Amino acid sequence: MSPVMSNLVHQVILYAFMAMAVGLAFMVVINRNPVRSILCLVLTFFATAAVWIMLQAEFLGLILVIIYVGAVMTLFLFVIMMLDLKAIMRHKSLVRAWPIALLLVAGVFAGLVSFLGPWHFNNRLFPAIAAKAADYNSTQTLGMVLFSKYLLPFELAGVLLLVGMIAAIALTKREGLRRRDQKASEQIAVKAKHRLRVVKDEELTK
Amino acid sequence: MIPLSSILIFAAILFCLSLLGLIINRKNIINMLMSIELLLLSVNTNFIAFAHHLHNIAGEIFVFFILTVAAAEAAIGLAIMIVLFRKRETIAVSELNELKG
Repeated sequence: MSPVMSNLVHQVILYAFMAMAVGLAFMVVINRNPVRSILCLVLTFFATAAVWIMLQAEFLGLILVIIYVGAVMTLFLFVIMMLDLKAIMRHKSLVRAWPIALLLVAGVFAGLVSFLGPWHFNNRLFPAIAAKAADYNSTQTLGMVLFSKYLLPFELAGVLLLVGMIAAIALTKREGLRRRDQKASEQIAVKAKHRLRVVKDEELTK
Repeated sequence: MIPLSSILIFAAILFCLSLLGLIINRKNIINMLMSIELLLLSVNTNFIAFAHHLHNIAGEIFVFFILTVAAAEAAIGLAIMIVLFRKRETIAVSELNELKG
């Protein structure tokens, strides 16, 4: 395939995934049923992961699929399973002032486009760089930097995830039979005689 | 080649859609959490676009950390929502108004 042709194919695929992501994101926002919203969100993540991979961030694209689609979205679905979906669907879905909100967001979008449009970020000012070599390894490149220059932030991210996990467990824990936790009042009230009993050894004193 | 602006505008569209979803829905908190996830996704796309065009790996590192924070945030947000549902039997945004003065 000629370079021009492959460039064209690349662009068509990228724009197709972008259009897909935008359409699905719209579905996420307007859907009445939260389960359908989440399924659309999953597909949005897939499309965006494809865009990331087209931008040669392969590792992050795959991480997005594995962590977001595989874990976070599943968590959302499990949480919806615990809620009363019928009661949720009964509510009116939009705020009364939604046309005003629409106008405001359109204003935000116009402002963003005036900054980000082709007049600032075109190919002349930000020339597209030639694609990386075929043996370029995005995982290795990321890992080399992550475990040297950004080691401390990496470890802090691990601590953050641990704290998040503990917080989620502690928040949703219920009073129950199998719950084991400290009772501070009983701990404070304990005396030495509750713990230690001095007995006389009859054999020795005989 | 793809101009940087088209990727940035794609991210801006995603951002504005999720901002709209955050503002106009009064159904439930779970839709708001989904909108926040989309918001973070669009920001990450910007980071990746710049990392690609400027050949700077720092943008990708940043995305890595944003993904971590977003995962923790989703877990805690959903946990809070579960507790809320147990207490109030509802997660409708319009009924959570006890802080209204």
